[in-house]
Amino acid sequence: MIEIDKTILDCDVLVVGGGIAGLMAAIAAADQGIKVIVAEKCDTRRSGSGCTGNDHFMCYIPEVHGSVDDFYQTIKMSQAGRIFDKTLVMKFINRSFEVVQDWEKWGIEMRPTGKWEFLGHAFPGRMRIHLKYNGENQKAVLTQEALKRGVKIENKTAITDYLVEGGKIVGAIGLDISKMQPKMKLFRAKSVISTTGNTSRLYPSITGAWMFNTADCPSSAANGRAAAYRAGAALTNLELPTLFAGPKYFVRSGKATWIGLLKDSKGTALSPFINKPNKELGDVTADIWPGVFTDKYKDGTGPVYMDCSEIDKADMDYMMWAFKCEGVTSLVDAMQKQNIDLHKHMVEFAKYEPTMFGAGIEIDENGSTSVSGLYAAGDEVGNFRTGGIPGAAVYGRIAGESAAAYTKNIEFSSNIAQHPLVQKRQEFFNELLERKTGATWKELNTAVQQIMSDYASVTFVRSETLLSAGYKYLCDLEQYAYQTVKCENSHELMRALESFDLLLFGKLLCLAARERKETRGMHRRSDYTFTNPLLDGMLLTVKQGKDGEAELNWRATY
Amino acid sequence: MPPVIDEAKCIKCTKCAQICCVDVYGPAEPGEVPTVRFPEECWHCRACVMDCPAGAIDLRYPLPYMLLYEDSKTN
Repeated sequence: MIEIDKTILDCDVLVVGGGIAGLMAAIAAADQGIKVIVAEKCDTRRSGSGCTGNDHFMCYIPEVHGSVDDFYQTIKMSQAGRIFDKTLVMKFINRSFEVVQDWEKWGIEMRPTGKWEFLGHAFPGRMRIHLKYNGENQKAVLTQEALKRGVKIENKTAITDYLVEGGKIVGAIGLDISKMQPKMKLFRAKSVISTTGNTSRLYPSITGAWMFNTADCPSSAANGRAAAYRAGAALTNLELPTLFAGPKYFVRSGKATWIGLLKDSKGTALSPFINKPNKELGDVTADIWPGVFTDKYKDGTGPVYMDCSEIDKADMDYMMWAFKCEGVTSLVDAMQKQNIDLHKHMVEFAKYEPTMFGAGIEIDENGSTSVSGLYAAGDEVGNFRTGGIPGAAVYGRIAGESAAAYTKNIEFSSNIAQHPLVQKRQEFFNELLERKTGATWKELNTAVQQIMSDYASVTFVRSETLLSAGYKYLCDLEQYAYQTVKCENSHELMRALESFDLLLFGKLLCLAARERKETRGMHRRSDYTFTNPLLDGMLLTVKQGKDGEAELNWRATY
Repeated sequence: MPPVIDEAKCIKCTKCAQICCVDVYGPAEPGEVPTVRFPEECWHCRACVMDCPAGAIDLRYPLPYMLLYEDSKTN
């Protein structure tokens, strides 16, 4: 029988996930003088998608940008095909500079060139909204700031479930993976802030069996979304995916700060925007034309390459330094090991697996979900997204402040250990651990990926019949997997639970994608090939109904 | 397999295993060279290489991750 740690950990606010949003939430909550715990499945010093850095932070400085409305319009334009709540974006905009200034005060280089400099990720003639910074040490700095304020960090602790009693959050179930033998850990909390990142490993990686080759941290695997949904929170935007591009087969680096031109195999530049790239602009072709890679394969002029050979020496040096700031030194290392010289070689680019940025938990402008005491921030939020790191940082802070205020009038639940979900999950974990023969977590994860790829496709098409079949197959897989998956140790149990969470998210995605009867952005319906103007600005939410079935609802953005 | 530890240089502090964002190493005991238990789960973030106080770790990139390149046509 899997052991439950007898010590129940009490706190006013439990932050689930110690990434950028989680640490910012913990810092903000601790500033209110309350007891805060961060539960992190790895280690907050290097965990999550921001683990080794980032180099651009969307930030509004009135003296630099002028009108806040123009700034908002520039964000809106960059979110092609996405739907979000303007109220949340405006709150982000107005609080972004305050966070940037605090990060600088705490020791993150927000002005590595000595001034507020806005570079890259921009269209010619448009406002530049991304502050160039050096985020190499961001996770270590934020961890230190949290510890300074008395935040308790529980590393190697994967949270599996949020506990609800009488419609309110009362705690969470965790899994201690610090030893090969897993142990359950219980948390009694007045409030939970869910910040577990993206849904990596939902779709197959570009390298097939190498499923950890993902754009975002592969440990971020829908856990917060699944736990929040099971606790009664609404999810939104699940049907609208995003595709990123970057060096083919080397997904870790993502698009990164490449300064060069996308070219076809004959060396013809493909950008409709620029002839000569520089650090101010870069080439945004792949951002607005994600099909460029397959289009060029199909028309006989592929592959498509990133060619940096024409840029100035200063910009080449800048680019190599920027790779370091944003933490993609593995890309530099791999190029060196392969003797690739960007002065004379061009590197093939491709689009990566779909990601579910801006597809997740629905929050209000205070970071609150539809469950009392449950807050969310960062990549797992569904109705708001402004670049991964800045959105996480600013809304992490907002959620931390709101959760702290909420806990002031809340009493602790008396009996976490007797919560029915604790026993139910303990029994389930046991079944997985005690099974002598059966399927590995990787089989389950792979099976989820292949169904998602074929029946809720992003690169091909979706339709009512395909999505219905996909939903049915995932339900079948879930039942089959309940009976067959086996885990030999704590690590495998963590991965298996992630795979079950991805499966749940995939099921909900199929239902949402079936309900959105139109083509919008990368949501391409072969049975509804048009974009329906009546669905402009309409968010689709999914939440668990009283009978346990998923309920879908439309609402206008606010 | 992804992180490769030079046992002669390793000072057995286990920092690599502590900070890994995908638990590639699994549990590690101070005083022992960490084991790379789950090598296929490496994200290649390179944090362990950067944070190793002894410079004892190198990353080996799997063959399917090989970058594809051509001579630039402009030079």
